[in-house]
Amino acid sequence: MTEQEQPAVRCRELAYSFHRGRGRGPVVRAVDGVDLEVRPGEVFGLLGPNGAGKTTTIRAITTLLPTARGMVEVFGHDCATERTGVRRLLGYVPQALSADAGLTGRENVALFARVFDVARAERAERVAQALAAVDLTEAADRMAGTYSGGMVRRLELAQALVSAPRLLVLDEPTIGLDPIARAGVWERVDAVRRATGMTVLVTTHYMDEADRHCDRIALMDRGRIRALGTPEELKARVRAEDPAQDAPTLDDVFRHFSGRALADDAKEGEFSDVRRTRRTASRVG
Amino acid sequence: MSAAPAAPQAASAERRPHPGPELGLLLVPPKARTGWRVVPARVFAMCAVELQKLRHDRTELYTRAIQPALWLLIFGETFTRLKAIPTDGTPYLDYLAPGIIAQSAMFIAIFYGIMIIWERDSGVLTKLLVTPTPRAALVTGKAFAAGVKAVVQAAVVVVLAAVLGVGMTANPLRLLGVAAAVVLGSAFFSCLSMTIAGIVLTRDRLMGIGQAITMPLFFGSNALYPVDLMPGWLQVVSRANPLSYQVDALRGLLIGTPSHLALDFGVLALSTAVGITAASALLGRLAR
Repeated sequence: MTEQEQPAVRCRELAYSFHRGRGRGPVVRAVDGVDLEVRPGEVFGLLGPNGAGKTTTIRAITTLLPTARGMVEVFGHDCATERTGVRRLLGYVPQALSADAGLTGRENVALFARVFDVARAERAERVAQALAAVDLTEAADRMAGTYSGGMVRRLELAQALVSAPRLLVLDEPTIGLDPIARAGVWERVDAVRRATGMTVLVTTHYMDEADRHCDRIALMDRGRIRALGTPEELKARVRAEDPAQDAPTLDDVFRHFSGRALADDAKEGEFSDVRRTRRTASRVG
Repeated sequence: MSAAPAAPQAASAERRPHPGPELGLLLVPPKARTGWRVVPARVFAMCAVELQKLRHDRTELYTRAIQPALWLLIFGETFTRLKAIPTDGTPYLDYLAPGIIAQSAMFIAIFYGIMIIWERDSGVLTKLLVTPTPRAALVTGKAFAAGVKAVVQAAVVVVLAAVLGVGMTANPLRLLGVAAAVVLGSAFFSCLSMTIAGIVLTRDRLMGIGQAITMPLFFGSNALYPVDLMPGWLQVVSRANPLSYQVDALRGLLIGTPSHLALDFGVLALSTAVGITAASALLGRLAR
């Protein structure tokens, strides 16, 4: 199978455990045998509450974790043994607001152009195109510290796009944003995906966003994939298995497959998960 | 991986790329640098960012000049009058100035790990670790960025010292050597700080350790007084302290006192290499 024919992401029996409390506490199975395949060109949503294992899965795919148990490949390249090669295929927007407030928008994007080896001759033009793609041309020379939360998210998107990634990984890209800013971020993601054909892997809490923007979704809970398919397929399965649900939402789908409501996530997750989520929401805020 | 990725592949006809005129370059992955050219490119990128930040906000540059100014003005002027420290005929203020340059550079570098932890918390580090940048290249880049910042700071202290009447060389080659010594010293101390950051993982612990080691490193060196004046045990500490070699090189280059430049630069380069290795090995811990 050539690189072009490979799945964008393939996880087999992916597992990752860590000790709670920096090595002194009990072992937590953050990801517990995940099988997953993301097709090239699709928008794939990884959904679940805090502590479900979404971010750990993303970290394994983005080569941030040491070799986990099982196998993870990006376009046929092993994330454990071909890390640099995998990183060249990735554009990554982490959950935390990661633009550098001490630089302008243009300088933030230029840094990523440099570290992805964009030649000097085309660097300025490529950076300008990435900024234009997320509608930040006018604000490009303002300090990123003066941007709104939605603009920072779009700036991070430009940083990820400047290297022409084949897989765009977005970890909770709209967390803490108001509905207008959320719509703005998705509008740019959809437009760029249409224009470039790149694959998008996104984690989110927001079921309505997943329903509207994802081609397929995987519902994750307590380290495992509970269900996988298109939103319509999953809803149809719920309708077939529970006739009382005549028009299920994705929240109903999650409750059906995990046995609990997504809203219960306030009680779930590691301290660090919750802290990260709240910190991001507060910075966007 | 055998080759740079090809252009994005479409999953279906409706997903075939429709490049608008403004997105053309974003469809083509850049050609990857390989081999020895990766590290210098990343070092240059990190240094450029550091200079851009300094250009936008020079407040730190000015506030960090206060402490060396006080050392030179109060400690230096007083001890010059006391003539309590034998300096082989060199005015004490002249003797002290290179030590204060090294100290101000070290104070910047020793807290560089806090910046790494801040970058970890803010997601900047995580994002950089997902770029095709080897850990060692990232650490080397950060280390030399600290060096660039320290050189700008050192220039401020040199001007201050010149205003106070310290007789320093104007030889461009020697000044280049001064810059090299400042960069290497700062690179080592920033790596030391990043190594500790990789071990303790939190800002508060690193602040405590940074404060605990800064003064012993400073007083356990030849920055303020000759090594010969120290008790035997402190002389051993001083000889194992890279700051002593940095000060010796700076003194020799700036003031013209007898120095051991080959040994000094050798120790600084070796310390930096060890620091980069240790910090690179621990950097991944910060991202987990």
